[in-house]
Amino acid sequence: MNANSLTISEARDALRKGTLSAVDLTMSCLTAMDAGDGLNAFVHKTPELALEQARAADARIKAGDAPAMCGIPVGIKDLFAVKGVPTQAASNILSGFRPEYESTVTAQLWAAGAVMLGKLNMDEFAMGSSNESSCYGAAVNPWKVDGRKLTPGGSSGGSAAAVAADLCIAATGTDTGGSIRQPAAFCGITGIKPTYGRVSRWGIVAYASSLDQAGPMTKSVRDAAIMLGAMAGHDPKDSTSADIPVPDFEAALTGDIRGKKIGIPREYRLDGMPAEIAALWDRGMDMLRDAGAEVVDISLPHTKYALPAYYVIAPAEASSNLARYDGVRYGHRAQLAQGDGITEMYEKTRAEGFGPEVQRRIMAGTYVLSAGFYDAYYNRARKVRALIKRDFDTVFAEGIDAILAPTTPSSAFGLGEQGGSDPVEMYLNDVFTVTLNLAGLPGVAVPVGLDAKGLPLGLQLIGRPWQEADLLNHAYVLERAAGFVAKPTKWW
Amino acid sequence: MSINTDTARKVAKLARIRVDEAELPALAEKLSSILGFMEQLNEVDVTGIEPMTGVTPMRLKRRADVVTDGNMQAAVLKNAPDAREGFFAVPKVVE
Repeated sequence: MNANSLTISEARDALRKGTLSAVDLTMSCLTAMDAGDGLNAFVHKTPELALEQARAADARIKAGDAPAMCGIPVGIKDLFAVKGVPTQAASNILSGFRPEYESTVTAQLWAAGAVMLGKLNMDEFAMGSSNESSCYGAAVNPWKVDGRKLTPGGSSGGSAAAVAADLCIAATGTDTGGSIRQPAAFCGITGIKPTYGRVSRWGIVAYASSLDQAGPMTKSVRDAAIMLGAMAGHDPKDSTSADIPVPDFEAALTGDIRGKKIGIPREYRLDGMPAEIAALWDRGMDMLRDAGAEVVDISLPHTKYALPAYYVIAPAEASSNLARYDGVRYGHRAQLAQGDGITEMYEKTRAEGFGPEVQRRIMAGTYVLSAGFYDAYYNRARKVRALIKRDFDTVFAEGIDAILAPTTPSSAFGLGEQGGSDPVEMYLNDVFTVTLNLAGLPGVAVPVGLDAKGLPLGLQLIGRPWQEADLLNHAYVLERAAGFVAKPTKWW
Repeated sequence: MSINTDTARKVAKLARIRVDEAELPALAEKLSSILGFMEQLNEVDVTGIEPMTGVTPMRLKRRADVVTDGNMQAAVLKNAPDAREGFFAVPKVVE
């Protein structure tokens, strides 16, 4: 087995024992990364920085000062500002942008000794569920069962593909409506979206600020616990980051969930749900029941309205956040014709720099915020959002510890197969994931099995606010019971 | 409600995104589809419900009103498409 296929916990233990060096581990990942170009997962590589950080990590481990992430090579979603490294949010409008500052999440990872391999592909500005809206072209799912190339999901598609293909040990992702959990499910890895406010958003390119949250994408639940610990914490630079202590998430993985109450939301059993997804969900219930949990039927009555509410609120926030891309301070500026003024500069720059889906969402957001429509769309959506949150508050108040649901309505689909004529078709991918972004709750996707085609399927656990430790323990039980060990066969 | 070509043109203008006249009908159609999707929200009774503004009830932190950074003109201008004499440069704004 090559070192690049290790998990964080395995690599950490080998590094501490001295049977593996951070430089050797990094070299192994760099080799895999270069051999993985067919997946189009890494879009900016930083091998020199990686080796420099790996040497520093080795020195630190030798000195006996080694946090869990020390010497662990990771990939960073292109949404995180990394000083001096291209940071484009997979958009042409940020072409050439090299931040003069570091995001809080990456600063914390480097302080913990992690090693930066490069930037990972994604949907442009994190708007998409298939990675196809990227200015770099789509990342490709390492899972392949026929002649087609499959989507790794989105928006954190490059992150999921890179982790599943062992191009890195782990990766960062962000999740606004499912962008960590859906690609994790499509690629057979683990991903957690923490409670809104658990991880600082400072230095992460904003999409929809009241929904965006960063989290780890890893090969195991234990790894998610370790890496989340390194990413989380209060940051004075993000006024919405919570000033509450970060528990030891790994220590919470006891495997004991006896007496816990698991809710099964009946509204998630959609008409036309594929039999395989329904069967997987039933198996997940059995696994948790076998571990001593009590499985109970619950109702989240406003579930159906989560997706339409999201597609009002997220574009509204995006239209405001993305107003900053004007061709003045950073990124692309269009070539201007004789006599063009500042308005033409804005309009041409934004038409050239933003891809079609981003343009559509900016315009949809502009529309719902415009005079005369603000109350009818935006305020109504925010009221529905309050009702969605109240649904969750009610079941948690009734003693539910975690909620079990599918992560996605299908396994990975082929590149180019969805959303071509109607953008709403693609939006339906987020039907199971988007509710918790609206409510601010933590959710974790765990790979549980393969479908008849041989593609990974995942289940999702939803937790109480700030109870990621308990949530990860439930995920750990599910992971152990499912025993998902399948890996994609290398074709790239 | 569906979006016609005139509304699409107006929204594009408000969003400061140039859209060719020939592309407006297709844009209007896609925006209408998104809008139609949003209209499911009209089925929900929201009487007496306050719009949600934040996910966790929490008071915004306060800090002393002091300068915490600055003096980094070169870094601020480093990524500008056109910077001259210590300023961002743009086409003429005032006649």
